[in-house]
Amino acid sequence: MKREHGVNTVETGPLIGHGQTYGTITDKITSDVLERKTPRGMLFGLAIAFILTMVLFISIGWLMIKGVGIWGINIPVAWGFAIINLVWWIGIGHAGTLISAILLLLNQHWRNSINRFAEAMTLFAVGCAALFPLLHLGRPWVFYWIIPLPDTMALWPQFRSPLTWDVFAITTYFTVSFMFWFVGLVPDLATMRDTAKKKWMKIVYGVLAMGWRGSARHWHRYEMAYLLLAGLATPLVISVHSVISFDFSVSVLPGWHATIFPPYFVAGAIYSGFAMVLCLVIPVRKAYGLQDFVTDRHMDYMAKVMLATGLIVAYGYAMEAFFAWYSGNEFEKYMMFNRTQGPYGFIYWGLLLTNIAIPQLLWIGRIRKNMVWLFLISITINIGMWLERFVIVVTSLHRDFLPSSWDMYYPTIWDWATYIGTIGLFLCLMFLFIRLMPMISIFELRQLLPWKSR
Amino acid sequence: MHEPRVYGLMAEFSGPEQVLEAARQAYAKGYRQMDAYSPFPVEGLAEAIGFHHTRLPLFVLVGGIVGALSGFFLQYYAAVISYPLNVGGRPFNSWPSFIPITFETTVLLAALCAVVGMLMRNGLPRPYHPVFNVQRFERVTRDKFFLCIEATDPLFDEKKTLKFLESLNPTHVTTVDP
Repeated sequence: MKREHGVNTVETGPLIGHGQTYGTITDKITSDVLERKTPRGMLFGLAIAFILTMVLFISIGWLMIKGVGIWGINIPVAWGFAIINLVWWIGIGHAGTLISAILLLLNQHWRNSINRFAEAMTLFAVGCAALFPLLHLGRPWVFYWIIPLPDTMALWPQFRSPLTWDVFAITTYFTVSFMFWFVGLVPDLATMRDTAKKKWMKIVYGVLAMGWRGSARHWHRYEMAYLLLAGLATPLVISVHSVISFDFSVSVLPGWHATIFPPYFVAGAIYSGFAMVLCLVIPVRKAYGLQDFVTDRHMDYMAKVMLATGLIVAYGYAMEAFFAWYSGNEFEKYMMFNRTQGPYGFIYWGLLLTNIAIPQLLWIGRIRKNMVWLFLISITINIGMWLERFVIVVTSLHRDFLPSSWDMYYPTIWDWATYIGTIGLFLCLMFLFIRLMPMISIFELRQLLPWKSR
Repeated sequence: MHEPRVYGLMAEFSGPEQVLEAARQAYAKGYRQMDAYSPFPVEGLAEAIGFHHTRLPLFVLVGGIVGALSGFFLQYYAAVISYPLNVGGRPFNSWPSFIPITFETTVLLAALCAVVGMLMRNGLPRPYHPVFNVQRFERVTRDKFFLCIEATDPLFDEKKTLKFLESLNPTHVTTVDP
């Protein structure tokens, strides 16, 4: 194909590899679960992830025994890694819902090969996130007091607090994401049931598939339900990260009390989410030979979404800085001064480098097509988004209104161990998912093959 | 009443265009008790066999409304009736601060209704169905399409319906045991 000057030929490329049929699509994806021997690299990766998960369990155990004093939190920085990691993980989860729900509503068919993988990522990310609000309680064993159940103490949670809003938002988000993912799986579980050779596998997949037989009437209701779920999940995902941002913005702390937070957080969530999807998809695609389904065009689109949301995040940073100065408020002005030139200043500059400067490379088409570069930039963005949450939480807390309250925050080994441990748990769950479930939506890929409807 | 000795007759097709055309012809011929099966949703197929309207969106709407009222009432009850707290004379029914939770419960119940409603209306989980008796039906989740005319249809006649189905050029026609 002759490359025309200025025309990006990747954009006009196919969404699915040439020569694929309903049968070959089915065979490739089911055989990755049913027949293919697990590649040695994946087993090695799973072993590392499992060790890190054990580190997590040790950290949680020690936390239960000794209490939150093992972390580096103090007064004034009473919220440290727990909230940073909560926001980081929930943010990562948002890309899955965007790919599944929002791209469905926008009729973007390129979502078909990545949505199941991204949704699984969302479920596991939200699961990891949900650990932190539970763990960071002084008495995690009475966490259920925050659920509005009838009780003998006549206790109610504080419904006016964003922390309670979080409980409802995260629970709803996890439940809806799980249902969306599972409903999407049912027809493919039927495919697994019919393709599996061993009796016990047929039974397990069969039970999960609930007797799906591909009836046109069922498909009609199914599509309707799926569309409705997408329509519900879209405002949900926006509301969830807005509610998370309310954890900060409904307070009065300089650097937190900003109306830009909800849209800025949501854009940041999509940014980090797509970065994590790319981090995962690039190696898996290579290891499993999925280039016919997750094509270069998909990678290009995802990189562009990342770039766009990165620019929104950059706008958020610019507005924070601008309004800190424009407000004339001495506390706001000092907050911005402290961020850039205070003791944590190096983190802020690192943030600008990793979140704004380096991702601008994505403007270049050749970088977007190069999987190594794309992977490295995605990792950089993930790190950058973590640094962003660190800057927001720690720099605003450690120096607020009264100088006599100022202090420094130093994370401890247990802060790091818990965080790295959740990364291990996440990877473990992703490996299990890839091993046991069809990681690409088979029936949605079949829909990409052209046929004449009249 | 005469007990049907078969569940129906099933014709197999190799592509969505064929099964769509077959369904249209069957409907035009007057058959109503039938179903089409495909490995992915084929646009127009449900309409071709006469299935038009699903009440699922209404069910979801009602679920959403109930969710909204429940969420709001929960907070209202706690803040106004059960345990009102006088915090600087602020109103007990501080409804703006009740909105985030109300929104979440709306979405939660609506989504639950969508999923449960879809499964219930589809009659799932249903591990046994006569169509699974056809050996070749296994291919429905891979790459084959089927049209099954059921014996309960008033126009069903084993010989006449068989001839009709064969006229649609399927790859196979099978009798489905009940």
